Amino acid sequence: MDHQPPPFFKRGPAPLAQLSFYAMLSIALLFVDSRFQTLELLRQGVSLFTHPAQQAAHAPVDFLKNSADYFSSLSRLEDENTRLRRAQLSNAETILRTQQLEAENERLRKLLDVRNRQKVNGRVAQIIYAARDPFSRRVIVDKGQQDKISAGQPVVDDAGIIGQVTRVFPFVSEITLITDKDQAVPVQILRTGQRSVVFGLGNGQLELRYLPANADVQNGDTLVTSGLDGIFPRGLPVARVVHIERDTSYSFARIFCAPMAGVENFGEIMVLDRHEAMQIPEQLKTPAATGNPVAKPGAKRRLKKD
Amino acid sequence: MQPTFYSSRILLPVRPWFIAVSLFVALLLNFLPTSAWPWMPDWVALVLIFWSIREPRRVGMGIAFLLGLIMDVADASLLGQHTLAYVLVSYAAASISRRILWFPLGQQALHVLPLLLIVQAVQFIVRAMPGIVLPGLSYFIGPFVGAALWVPLTFALLLPQYQPVERDDNRPI
Repeated sequence: MDHQPPPFFKRGPAPLAQLSFYAMLSIALLFVDSRFQTLELLRQGVSLFTHPAQQAAHAPVDFLKNSADYFSSLSRLEDENTRLRRAQLSNAETILRTQQLEAENERLRKLLDVRNRQKVNGRVAQIIYAARDPFSRRVIVDKGQQDKISAGQPVVDDAGIIGQVTRVFPFVSEITLITDKDQAVPVQILRTGQRSVVFGLGNGQLELRYLPANADVQNGDTLVTSGLDGIFPRGLPVARVVHIERDTSYSFARIFCAPMAGVENFGEIMVLDRHEAMQIPEQLKTPAATGNPVAKPGAKRRLKKD
Repeated sequence: MQPTFYSSRILLPVRPWFIAVSLFVALLLNFLPTSAWPWMPDWVALVLIFWSIREPRRVGMGIAFLLGLIMDVADASLLGQHTLAYVLVSYAAASISRRILWFPLGQQALHVLPLLLIVQAVQFIVRAMPGIVLPGLSYFIGPFVGAALWVPLTFALLLPQYQPVERDDNRPI
C-alpha cells in the first residue's frame, strides 16, 4: 500500500478529477439535450436570469437605433406614408374581392358538402434578436408563455411562412426559421399541385427534395404549404424555385429555392394559432376494420423534430 | 511615474467582486446582438482564460461550467456545448498558468490563441456530430481577434491591482 502524506493546504479535488467530472457532466447534458427534450425546465430556469441580462445588453443598442429613427428625415416618412397609402388603395380592391370570393367559396363548399376550411387566427409578435449560435438559424420574439404561445405553432410574415416556434420561455419564445438546417415544410407546387417537402439548407436557401429528375418543375415556380402536416395551414407561400440541377446520374433533381418571406429580416411577425389536424375517418379508427394497427394520429406531427 | 506593467513588483490581492463584475460584463458583451459579425471574439472565454491564468484558485472549472450553462441558454444552442468548451479551456489555462506569466504580454497572447481556438473547435466538433453545417471561415477569426485583445485586456483587468498600497506613492508633491 502506498501511503500519501496529508496535504498541507486544502485545495479541493485534484484538477484532473474536476476536469473529468465537469467534462462528463457536460457530455451528459449534450447527450440528454440532443436526444430527449427533458431539460426544458433547466433551460427555462436559467433563462429567468439570462433574458433580463440580454434585454439589458440590448437596451443601449435599441436606444441608438431608436434615436437614429427619431432623427430620420420627415420627408422620408412622408414618402413612406404616401407609398403605403397607395399600396393600400391598390390592395383594397383585391381584399374586397377576396372577401366576396371567400364567402362564395364557402357557400359552394357547403353545397358540395366539403369540409370547411379552418380560419386561422394569430397574434402579432416582434423579433427581438437573432440567436448568436452560428450553427443554426433561430430568432427570438417577444411573446412567450404569458401570451399562450406553445411550441409547434407556425410563424408567418406578410409574404409567407417564416418558421415554427420551437421553444417557449416565460416571456419570449424561440423560432426556428425554415432556412435552418433540415427544417422541413410540406409544400406543393402551386402550378402543378405536385406535393413534396422542402428542407432548409442552413445557408439561407431551401431545397426541394424527393422529386424525380424529370419532374415538372420550372424556375420561378411558387411553393405553398400543402397543409398535410397538420401544423402549417394550407396555401401559404413558402418559397420560389430559383435553380434546378438535373443530373441523370442521380434519381432525384436538386431543386434550390429562395424563401418568399423576409426570413432573415427583422420586424413584425405573426404567430398563427394551432389548427386541428384532419381527423382520421371513423371507419379507419377501429383496427379490426383494416386488419392492422393504425398509426396514432399524432405520429405524423413529429415530422420536423430536430 | 511608477514602473508598472513590466515590473515584477507584487500586485495587490484581487478583489473577488471585481472578478465577478468582469465576468458579468463579459456576459453582457456576449449578449449584444452581434450574430451578424461572426468574427466577434468570445468575451466570456477571453475573460475566463484571463482569470484562470491569474487566479486559478478562485476561478476554476465550476465557474466555467456555470458560465457555459448561461451561454448555452442565451445562445439557444445545445446544452453542454459551451460548458464543455469552457471547462476544457479553463483546465488548460490553469495548467499553463505557472509558465505563461514569465513571458512578455505579446508572447502570452500567442499562448492564449490556441486556447481560444480550442473553444471554437470544441463547439464546432460538438455541433458537427449530428450533421455538418459549416459556419464559414469567419467563425475562426474570432480567436485571433481575441488573442490580439489580450494585451489591452491585461491592462484593463489588472488596473485595480496596480494601484499603490499607499495613496501617497503616486501623488506629485
